[in-house]
Amino acid sequence: MTTTADESRALDEIKIGGLGSSRKRVEDDRFIRGKGNYVDDVVLPGMLHMEILRSPLAHARIKSIDASKAWALPGVRLVLTGEMMATRNLAWMPTLSYDTQAVLATDKVRFQGQEVACVIADDPYIAKDACELIEVDYEPLPPIMNPWQGLAEDAPVIRDDKVNQADNVVYNWEVGDKAGTDRAFEQADVISKMELHYPRSHPSPIECCGSVADFNRATQKLTVYLTSQAPHIVRAAVAMVAELPEHMIRIVSPDIGGGFGNKVPIYPGYVCSILASILLECPVKWIEDKTGNLISTGFARDVYLKGEMALRKDGKILGVRMHTDADHGAFFSDAQPSKFKIGLMHSAFAAYDVPAAHLTARGVYTNKAPGGVAYRCSFRVTEAMFFQERMVQAAADDLGMDQAAFRRMNFVRDDDFPHRTPFGFLTDSGQYAKCLEVGLKAIDYENFRKEQAEARKRGRLLGLGISTMTEPLGAGNSREYDILGIKMFDSAELKVHMTGKAILRTGAKTQGQGHETTWAQIVAHELGIPADDVVVEEGDTDTAPFGMGTYASRSTPVAGAAVAMVSRKIRAKARKLAAHLLEVSEEDIEWELGRFYVRSAPGRGVTIQECAMAAYSNMPDGMEPGLENTAYYDPPNLTWPFAVYIVTVEVDPETGVWDVLRMVAVDDCGVRINPMIVEGQIMGGLTEAYAMASMQFITFDADGNCVGSNYMDYLLPSAWETPGYELHSEVVTPCPHHPIGAKGIGECAAVGGPAAFVNAVMDAISETGVRNIDMPVLPDRVWEALTYRRDVSGAPPIRQD
Amino acid sequence: MFPARFRYEAPHSLDEAISLLRDGGDYVKVLAGGQSLVPMMKLRFATPDMLVDINDVPGLAYHRTDPDGTLRIGALCRHADLEFSSLLPGTQPTMAAAAPLVADPLVRNRGTLVGSLCHADPQGDWASVMLALGGSVIAQGPAGRRAIPLAEFVTGPFENTLGHDEIAVEAVVPKALGTRAGGYLKLERRVGDFATVGTAVAIETSGGTVVRAGIALTGVGGSTIAATDAAAALAGKPLSADSIAEAAELAASAAQPKTDHRGTAEYKRHLVRVFVSRILGGSLSSTTGSSTTGSSATGAAAERAA
Repeated sequence: MTTTADESRALDEIKIGGLGSSRKRVEDDRFIRGKGNYVDDVVLPGMLHMEILRSPLAHARIKSIDASKAWALPGVRLVLTGEMMATRNLAWMPTLSYDTQAVLATDKVRFQGQEVACVIADDPYIAKDACELIEVDYEPLPPIMNPWQGLAEDAPVIRDDKVNQADNVVYNWEVGDKAGTDRAFEQADVISKMELHYPRSHPSPIECCGSVADFNRATQKLTVYLTSQAPHIVRAAVAMVAELPEHMIRIVSPDIGGGFGNKVPIYPGYVCSILASILLECPVKWIEDKTGNLISTGFARDVYLKGEMALRKDGKILGVRMHTDADHGAFFSDAQPSKFKIGLMHSAFAAYDVPAAHLTARGVYTNKAPGGVAYRCSFRVTEAMFFQERMVQAAADDLGMDQAAFRRMNFVRDDDFPHRTPFGFLTDSGQYAKCLEVGLKAIDYENFRKEQAEARKRGRLLGLGISTMTEPLGAGNSREYDILGIKMFDSAELKVHMTGKAILRTGAKTQGQGHETTWAQIVAHELGIPADDVVVEEGDTDTAPFGMGTYASRSTPVAGAAVAMVSRKIRAKARKLAAHLLEVSEEDIEWELGRFYVRSAPGRGVTIQECAMAAYSNMPDGMEPGLENTAYYDPPNLTWPFAVYIVTVEVDPETGVWDVLRMVAVDDCGVRINPMIVEGQIMGGLTEAYAMASMQFITFDADGNCVGSNYMDYLLPSAWETPGYELHSEVVTPCPHHPIGAKGIGECAAVGGPAAFVNAVMDAISETGVRNIDMPVLPDRVWEALTYRRDVSGAPPIRQD
Repeated sequence: MFPARFRYEAPHSLDEAISLLRDGGDYVKVLAGGQSLVPMMKLRFATPDMLVDINDVPGLAYHRTDPDGTLRIGALCRHADLEFSSLLPGTQPTMAAAAPLVADPLVRNRGTLVGSLCHADPQGDWASVMLALGGSVIAQGPAGRRAIPLAEFVTGPFENTLGHDEIAVEAVVPKALGTRAGGYLKLERRVGDFATVGTAVAIETSGGTVVRAGIALTGVGGSTIAATDAAAALAGKPLSADSIAEAAELAASAAQPKTDHRGTAEYKRHLVRVFVSRILGGSLSSTTGSSTTGSSATGAAAERAA
């Protein structure tokens, strides 16, 4: 226990897998071996299988449903219809945005793919066969495929189920300073205008949604294995919707095969499998197929912008005006904080010093799937930053200013923090200009501009696009952020065993982010317990402390902070144990990584493991035994990472095909817990950004048919298309309020990236005078812009012969 | 996704397979690579009563060249076998250009050329290539073997002229009348996507004159389109900028594209023109006259695949 040497005996933090260690992901061992445990891997004795019958039509009245042939098929145990759900008050359920959503359709179907009935049978083949035997008589109604159709005078009212709903408007909402903004526009030398559509997209995790509901009549306990990013919210919702006692509900999210926001909402399939298990008193498994996932579960984006910037001729931004029309589909079920109708759209322009801004937002019902989930995004921040950076590029062009110089001139400066954005957010830290300089140097900006001019003389179209942004990640502080009234804090529980090994549980839920690896690193940083000695568990509501789950890049900002805080509570108690073991007063104890020592005799010390043993075997009189604690963390603010993305492209003038030449990413996300995982997050985000910009979207034909209902039509870029990325991490501005200085990072690249790609293509074809091509910037759209020198809209319905 | 119920047989000889087809009922499908059929069954777009899996039938996985230069491709020869074949470069520029552009590498490991011809998807690449080359399919049935020229084999979308008890056992590319040149270009939104437009061009030159020409189009009509007028504009004279321009224009007018989510009819027609020009332009500028075009001219889409 004691030595005589004087030098520090602090552990090498990198060696024990602490902060800054690119420790390999511990979860990968089981995934690589095919030993993950996903919902579909859950097999219970006597388990039945459920399949959903979906509407082939986008808008139709249901005249009758005849399920008699399905009931007659051998192996069928139960057929559920909306009418049967209604007898239990389960035909409709509340959404996360204070609207209602059909579980199984009763009166009408309101989008193609809507759940109409479900069959529970001995095996999934029989269930599928039986679904095909259900006869539904539909009376088709005119489908509404975009907000403009929905707002037309003679448009049919989609939500005729709701009293007082006379039209298809979901909400009108505004934020900002209208009068101040109007004044700014009166004083402007130049007004730059843009109209854009951020197309409907789908998070499309490779694992679709699913559940295994297991109601035990004998114990009255309901256990549901289910694909959720936020199991505690599901438990609360099930308790409220199904009117079951919350303590008798156990939600288990096992391994999750990607979420990206898609697995936040409560889906009809979950509810039906739960009811079926209660009725049949045996386990019921529902595994959604890819088409079901793509056409019915939480989509993202689908927002139209009318944007205007008031500019002084020297380049200063005086004001910003934005109006958004959002296509919410048939039910308003955005998973977002209650207070904000269009998410955090008003985080737009947070990186720029803008004196006045005003945003109006309108939501419209259409005959499309509900959702509006935060797809790798902090609640509509993706749209906000895309709109912002497309507007910024157009504004610089309208002023005849250099893209980099215009941004540099308008950035919030390093010494301006804390900075109140024109929409009311408080940004707290960043080195925006420095990040931009790193990016420009990496892409060799001045030389590229020369090369571009030379190439243009020879008929080659090169382009460069910049996107710079800060976004609010880590909702949130409880004053402003709640979902269904539940404040958006998070939690961690740490139990250090007597041998110094530990188990950590949090209210978050990893779906690929690597919590099992990084949380242990935070514990290692705070306590000096090697990361390998800490096991991390999440997702079981019977064991995990209450938390709001993982989405919107909130895990590290909120749950990660709770991990640091609970570790500090443990360290505080360990300090008392150390004082006891070293027979000095607590004030005389110092800490270095992994060890307490006596200030006056640094050679005399005890390790954290020795303290742990003492907590169970040799605690001082009057001290509670054990070394376990829980922390709930309510962040004082969001975290504000900053990013610069720069893309260069070449456009083929004959075909409209464009290739990425280079992509440079500069991310300042504060302190990086595991640099390798952070880089993985950035590369994944950039790939989704490239996907949005180049190919990935869901659209519809005029009849309401979904184009993008499987992976042949819904295009995800593969290794063959995805460009290479050059990542830069040299700028580090720690978060001033996070216990270890970390900021969110999971979504930055997906949020800020798309505009860089689109800006690059628009830059390449700037001589056409075309102002905008809507995403995805497909070759035929580029060719149309080049050929006809006109803007190209991507709004549905698609053009068709 | 769960297919409808079906019977599965895996015979060990062609005779056995043919008897199964003959006696198997109304809706029997032969399974070779399964890269189109199985997804369709999974979605229940195809609900055959029986699958006859010929993967256990020996002696069908070959591709070889006869002494006179005729190329023969067996029913179990995978796309990847052709992609990495040493027989195609130099002698079969159109095929060599197309092979790496078929679907994606995973599909190419399983899927077969003969199966792709039988599937007769208007967006399939091989039917255009074989049509441009004047190829044929050898069908084997209870009455023996017969050769069906590609032009008579594919009759419409997903329709071929095989008898219900016949199996396509081989595809044949005839020997060249001169030196082969040509290529295959395709625009796809992503590797593995159905073609927005594909264009196969095959010419044979002798003594500076084009002695045979074939041009066929993928994805711009209800089935694979033979641009015969365009090919005729090339034959009987040396390749020149003028004849290329004429062929490109005639090929574009032979296309019957529809406006859909992959682009407007006008755009697709334009791409046919561009692709024919690019392939033949490559042949013209090449000193050997046997340039393989296909991996550079479409830019992104083709480059990625190559």
